[in-house]
Amino acid sequence: MRTTTALATALTFSAALPAFAEDCTLKVGVLHSLSGTMAISETTLKDTMLTLIDQQNAKGGVLGCQLEAVVVDPASDWPLFAEKARELISVHEVDVIFGNWTSVSRKSVLPVIEELNGLLFYPVQYEGEESSKNVFYTGAAPNQQAIPATDYFLDELGIEKFALLGTDYVYPRTTNNILESYLQSKDIAKEDIFVNYTPFGHSDWSKIVADVVALGADGKKVGVISTINGDANIGFYKELAAAGISADDIPVVAFSVGEEELSGLDTTNLVGHLAAWNYFQSAETDANAEWIAAWKAKMGEERVTNDPMEAHYIGFNMWVNAATAAGTADVDAVRTAMYGQEFPNLTGGTAVMLPNHHLSKPVLIGEITEDGQFDIISQTAEVPGDAWTDFLPESAKLVSDWKALDCGMYNTETKSCVQTLSNY
Amino acid sequence: MNTSFIARNPSVLVFLALLALFTLVVTVLSEGFGIGFISTSFVKTLGKTLCLCLVAVAMDLIWGYTGILSLGHFAFFGLGGYMVGMWLMFERTRQIVVNSLSDGVLPPTPEEIKAAIGNQIFGVVGSSEFPLIWAFADSIVLQLAFVVLVPGLLAFVFGWLAFRSRVTGVYLSILTQAMTLGLALYLFQNASGLRGNNGLSGLQNLPGVTAPQATVSLWFFWASAAALGAGYLLVAWVVSGKFGSVIRGIRDNEARVRFLGYSVESYKLAVFTLTACIAGIAGALYYPQAGIINPAEVAPIASIYLAVWVAIGGRGRLYGAVIGTAFVSLVSSWFTGGQAPDINLGFYTVKWVDWWLILLGLSFVLVTLYAPRGMSGIIDLMTRKKGEDR
Amino acid sequence: MKHLFLAVLAALLLINAATAQTVSVQDVLQSQRELLEKSSRKTIAPAIDAIASSGLPQMQSVLEAWQSKNMWQRKADGLFFLATKNDDGTYALQDFQDGAPRGNAIKKDLKQLKPNSGIRAMIATALVQFQLSDPDAAKRRAALDSIARDPEAAALAPLRASIEGEVDADILARKTRLNQLMTMSFDTDTTARVEAINAMAGDLSVDFRGTLNPLLATKMVITDADTTPEGNIASKLRPGTEALAPLAAYEALVANGLAPALTTNDARDALLEANISNARIAGVPVAQLATEAKRNEVYDLLVDNGVAPARVTASSIEATLDKHSFYDLYLEPSPQVTTAAKAALAKSQTRVSVSQAADLGLDALSLASIYFLAAIGLAITFGVMGVINMAHGEFIMMGAYTGYVVQQFVPNHTLSIILAVPLAFAVTFAAGVALERLVIRWLYHRPLETLLATFGVSIALQQLAKNIFGTQARPLTSPAWLDGAWVINDVLAISYIRIAIFILALLFLGLFLFIMKRTRLGLETRATTQNQRMASSMGINTDRVNMLTFGLGSGIAGIAGVAIGLFAKVTSEMGDDYIVQSFMTVVVGGVGNIWGTLAGAMMIGGFQKGVEWLNPSNTLAAQTYMIIFIIIFIQFRPRGIIALKGRAAGD
Repeated sequence: MRTTTALATALTFSAALPAFAEDCTLKVGVLHSLSGTMAISETTLKDTMLTLIDQQNAKGGVLGCQLEAVVVDPASDWPLFAEKARELISVHEVDVIFGNWTSVSRKSVLPVIEELNGLLFYPVQYEGEESSKNVFYTGAAPNQQAIPATDYFLDELGIEKFALLGTDYVYPRTTNNILESYLQSKDIAKEDIFVNYTPFGHSDWSKIVADVVALGADGKKVGVISTINGDANIGFYKELAAAGISADDIPVVAFSVGEEELSGLDTTNLVGHLAAWNYFQSAETDANAEWIAAWKAKMGEERVTNDPMEAHYIGFNMWVNAATAAGTADVDAVRTAMYGQEFPNLTGGTAVMLPNHHLSKPVLIGEITEDGQFDIISQTAEVPGDAWTDFLPESAKLVSDWKALDCGMYNTETKSCVQTLSNY
Repeated sequence: MNTSFIARNPSVLVFLALLALFTLVVTVLSEGFGIGFISTSFVKTLGKTLCLCLVAVAMDLIWGYTGILSLGHFAFFGLGGYMVGMWLMFERTRQIVVNSLSDGVLPPTPEEIKAAIGNQIFGVVGSSEFPLIWAFADSIVLQLAFVVLVPGLLAFVFGWLAFRSRVTGVYLSILTQAMTLGLALYLFQNASGLRGNNGLSGLQNLPGVTAPQATVSLWFFWASAAALGAGYLLVAWVVSGKFGSVIRGIRDNEARVRFLGYSVESYKLAVFTLTACIAGIAGALYYPQAGIINPAEVAPIASIYLAVWVAIGGRGRLYGAVIGTAFVSLVSSWFTGGQAPDINLGFYTVKWVDWWLILLGLSFVLVTLYAPRGMSGIIDLMTRKKGEDR
Repeated sequence: MKHLFLAVLAALLLINAATAQTVSVQDVLQSQRELLEKSSRKTIAPAIDAIASSGLPQMQSVLEAWQSKNMWQRKADGLFFLATKNDDGTYALQDFQDGAPRGNAIKKDLKQLKPNSGIRAMIATALVQFQLSDPDAAKRRAALDSIARDPEAAALAPLRASIEGEVDADILARKTRLNQLMTMSFDTDTTARVEAINAMAGDLSVDFRGTLNPLLATKMVITDADTTPEGNIASKLRPGTEALAPLAAYEALVANGLAPALTTNDARDALLEANISNARIAGVPVAQLATEAKRNEVYDLLVDNGVAPARVTASSIEATLDKHSFYDLYLEPSPQVTTAAKAALAKSQTRVSVSQAADLGLDALSLASIYFLAAIGLAITFGVMGVINMAHGEFIMMGAYTGYVVQQFVPNHTLSIILAVPLAFAVTFAAGVALERLVIRWLYHRPLETLLATFGVSIALQQLAKNIFGTQARPLTSPAWLDGAWVINDVLAISYIRIAIFILALLFLGLFLFIMKRTRLGLETRATTQNQRMASSMGINTDRVNMLTFGLGSGIAGIAGVAIGLFAKVTSEMGDDYIVQSFMTVVVGGVGNIWGTLAGAMMIGGFQKGVEWLNPSNTLAAQTYMIIFIIIFIQFRPRGIIALKGRAAGD
C-alpha cells in the first residue's frame, strides 16, 4: 500500500512527461467468482471490468498511467473472498477493487478492506443497513428498488394483498422485513401479507403457488413480490405458467430476475410479469446503444447486458474521474474526491455519488416481453440511495455521512457515531 | 503415555520435529515476526491447512484405523467454529455497543445493551431477538468448553443411536452424510438463530486486541501447529496400545472381535466421539483465521473432500493424512487461485480453473484403483527398499 | 366518487355528442393528451372515460390499440396514431378516424404509449360495454375476464343485457355465473341477493368466496359499557378473549382518544432526560440510572413531583376497559345478506378443507413420484447390485443435458422429447457401462472404496458439464400439451407435467418388475447378486450381467433426468439436489426391494409435504425435519420399511 502511494505521488510529477507514462501502471483488482455457484452471474462482471479497463486504456489510461487488471477467483467460497481480498491489497497492491455479488461475500471481505484501508466498488442491489468507509455501493439500496416497486403495485396495479416470496438468505429477509413494515404503514393489514422462504435452488413450487392463488379467496387483488434468487426462479415461473396464472391475474415483480436470468427461460408464459431495476438493456439512449454494441462486439451477439453491469460502468467511470480530480490513486484522496461525482446513467439522467457511499439513480420497472427483454413502463426521477432504511424503527434513526460527519452509522437521536468500522 | 510408546513409534518424534521446524521457519519468514518473505495471507493459509491436517488425523483414526467411513466429520468441525464464533461476535459487538451507548445522556441499562447487541448481530437477517442458543455467548469459558462438548455430544448421541442399531458400512456413511446435510439445512434457516446463510463473520478481529493481523495470524498459526502436534500425539498414542489393536480388529473383522467378547459398539462410539471433539477443536482454530463461517462449510461435499485428502495421503498412517491434506489443499488453492499458468494447445486453452476439479476427481479414481495406500505408499516403498531388499 | 364523476361526464358528453358530430377521434385524444402522456393509473380514469363515452364508433378500436401498446404519439406535433412496424424498421402510421395511412416515421420521432397492466385493466373495463356482445367470441371472453377480475356495479346492467343474445354455450354459462356473483354484491334488491347467495352456497370456487368475504368485512366500534351500537352487529368482543387481547383493546381506546397512552420506555427516558439538572434527576445522580428498575423508580419520583404523567398500570388498564364495550360491525347494512353469506361460506369451508387435504395429498404424491423417479435407477444399482454410485446424480444430469442438446437440433418440442428419451437412455447406459467396466468392476468387494471412486467421477462429470454447458441453467421446454394443469376445482389442481412424471414413475415400476421377474436378464441379475460364484458355475456370464444391470440402472436415471429437467431446471449441479435424497429413499424403503423404494418415496414425500403444511412460511424447515426424521427412522428400522428376510438379507 505504502509503495503504491509513493508511486502515485511520483506519477503526479511525471504526468507532464509522457515519456515516463509508459513505465507506470495502476492496478485494478477484480474480485468476482469465476467458478462455483456464483460464477454464472459474476463471470459477466469480470468481463465487464476487462472491457471497461480496455476502453480506458485505449483512451490513454488514468493519470497518464495504463491500467492493469488483477483478476482473482474466489470460487464462490465466502471465506476465500476474504483471503483473496487480502492478497489483492497486500500482495498485488491494487489501487481499487471491483467485486463481490452476494451479501455474505461482501460481509466476508469488509473486515479485510477496512483493516488494510482498501477501496471496494460493490455493484449489486442489496439489503442496505450498511455503510463502510471503504466501500462504494453502486447497486440499489432497498429504497431504490423494493420500495418504488411496491409503490407501483399499490398505486398502479391496485394490489391489496401481498405475497412476499424469497429465498432464505439475508437479502430477501431484510428486504421483506422492510416491505412488511412499509406496507403496514400504507394500511395493508398484517393478515394481508403472506411471507414464504424457500431454500436456494428450490424446485417443488406447486404448494406455494397454490397458497398464493388461495390468497384471492377474500376478494382482494393479490400481487407477488419475489426476492427468489437464481435457479429457483425457473421452477417458480414454470409452475406459475402451469397453474395458468397470467400477469393480469396475479402480477409478480422480481428483484433478482434480469436479462441474464431470463436467457435461461422460455418467456412466452411470463409476458407481463415485472421486474424492478435501475437499468434495463431496452433503455433507449445513445450511451446505452454504444455500450451494448461494445459489449456484444467483445463477448458475442447473443450476450445481454444487465443492471449490475451498469453499476460497474458507473462505478468505474466515477473512480477514473475521482482519481483524475484528486491527481492520485491514493485511497483516501480518491474517496474524498468521489463525493459528489457525477456520471451519466445508461438509462438517461445523471448518477451522483452521495456522502453515504450510495448512488442517486432512477428506478425502472419493466414488463417481461417474449424475447426475454423488458419493456420499460415506468421510470422515476433519480432516487438517492439510503444506507439505513426509514422503515425499520432501529435503523430509522441512523444516517450515514462520510463527508460531514465522518461516520457511516450516526445516531441522530443521541447525536453520536455508533461506529466507524463496520460490524460485519 | 510412557517412553516405550515413543520408542515404539519413532515416526511420531520425526513428525513433531518436522512440525516444530516448519513453525519456526514460517515464523522467521513471516511479516509479523520475521523478514516478511511470507505474506500474512499465506500465513493464514498455512495456519488453516494445519487445522485441516488436524481434522484429517481424526478422520484417519475413524476411517483408516476403525474402518468407519464417516462422511460427516465436517459437521463437528463447523460446530466447533460456530461455538467460538458466537463468543467472538458477541464480545466484539458488546464492546462496540457499550462504547456507543455510553455517549447517551442516561447510562445504559443491561436490557438496552442486550437489545442493541441483538439488533446489531441479527438486524442483518431481519430480526433483533436473541435466540436461546446464544444464552452463554457472553462467556468465553463456556463457549470454549462448547467447542469440545457440542460436537462431542452430537457425535455421542448420533453414534449411540447408529451403532446400537448396528448400522454399518455404506449405510453408516450415508447416514453420517445425512447428518451433516441436516445440520447444514438447519443452519441455513434464519430461524436457527445463527444468522442463516450469512453465518458469523469478522471472526479474525479478536475483541479487545489491537495487534495487527500480521501478528494475530501468527498467534493462530502457532496455536494450530500446537493443536496439530498434540492431536497427532494423542491419536498416535491411542492407536499404539491395546485400544488400537481392538479398533484395527473391528476394522478388519467386526464379528470376530465381538465374538472375542469386546463391546464393539462402545469402542466405535468412543472413537467416533473422540474424533468429533478433535474436529471441533480444529474448527475452532480454523474459522477465526478464515474470518467467516456459514452453513455452506458443513455441506456434505466438505466432508467428502476430507475423505479424499486422507485417501490420497494414505489411510491407516497418520502422517499420510497430514501429507494428503497439505498436498491436496495447497495444490488446490494454487490451481484455482489463478497462479497456475494456462496451457495453450493452439486450438484450445486449458484453463486450470476449469480443469483442476476434473483432474482431482480422476486422480481420486486412480488412487482408489491403483494406489490404495495413497502417497504414503510411496514412502513405504522407499523405506522398505532401504531396510530390507524386497 | 368515481361513479358521480362518471355520471357528470356522461351528461357532459351527451350534450357534446348531440351538438357536434364534427368532433374527431384526434380531438378527443388531444383533449386528454396530458393524462395520456402521464400514463398513471391514479390519474388516467377521466381520460379513459372521455374516450369510452365520446360516442364515436371508432373508439373501441382506439381503446384496443392503446391496450395492446399499438398507439404511438408523434413527438413533433403530439398527434396520436395507430402504428405498425415495417420490415425496414420504420413505423407505418394510420389515422384512427378512418384508418387512412399517414406516412412512415422512424422510431426516434415517435413515442410509444405504454399503458401498464393497471391501466390496461381499466381500459378493459371500459371496453366491456363494447365487447360483451361483440361477434368475436375471444373479445367476449376478454370482457368477461375483465369483469371477473374487477367486478363493478356499473357492469351489471350491460352484462344482464348481453345474456339474452349469447349463442356460445360456454360463454353463456360464464355470463350467467358472473351475473349471479354480481347480483350478490351489487343488486339493489335484498331478496335477490340472498337468493343468489343461497343458490351457490357451498361452492368452493375462489371467485365465489372472493365475492362473499368482502360482504362479511367488519370494523371495530367502541361504545360506552352497556350501550349497543347502531348497525349490523357481527359480534360483541370481550377483551381478554382470543378475539381481542386486552392490550390491543387498550391500544384501540388510545387510538380513539378514549384513554391515556401507555408509557413506553422511550417516552420515560425522554422525560427523564428532560429533567436533568446538575447531573441529577429528582435528586438522584444520573450515573445511578443504569437499570430499568432504578429508572422506573426515578420516574415515579417525577410523577410525585407532578412533572410527569402517571404510568399506566395493569389495574388502570382493566378499569378503563370495563368502562367500554367493543363490537364488530358488518360494513354491509343488510343482516339478511350477511347471515346468508356466513352460512354459505361455512358450507363452502368444509368442502374447501376437503379439497385442500386432497390437494396436499396430490402434491405429496407428485413429490413422491419425483423422488421415486430419481431413485429407481439407484434401486437397481444400489438396491439390487449393492453398488454405491455417487455419480448417480450426474447420470440424471447427463440425461437432462441430452434433452437440452436434442432441443437445440429439433425445434419441435414434442418430437424432441420423444427423441430425447431413448437418446438419454442410450447416453447414460453407455456411461454406466463404461463406469462399471473401468472402475466399479475392480471394487466389488470394497464398497467404501466404490463410494469414493464414484464420488471422484461425480466431481469430474459435474465440472465437465460446467466446462461444456456453462454454469447457467439451460432451458428444457416441455411440449405445449404438457403445459397447464388439470383443474378439478379452484383448490384442487395438478399440473400436467407432474401427472406425466407420475405416469412415468408407474411405467418404470412396471418395467422394473417385468425385467426382474420375467426376463432372463432379471433372473441372472438376481442369481448373480445372491451368489456370484454359484451363478458363475451355473454358466451365467456374471461380468456381462453386472455390466448390463448397471447400465440399465444408469439408463433409467438418464430418462428420469429428462423428466426432472422438464419440470425443474437443467444445471450442472442438479445431481446434488437428488443424490442424497435418492439414497435416503432407497435406504428408508429397504434395500433390494422395489416396493420398499416406492414406500420410501411415499413416506419422504408425504412427510415433507406434511411439515410444509404445518409450517407454510418456511420450506427449508420441512427439508431439515425430513432428514432428522429419516435418521431417527433408520435407528428403529435399520433395514428400511420393507426389510429382506433370510439369506438375501446378508451383508
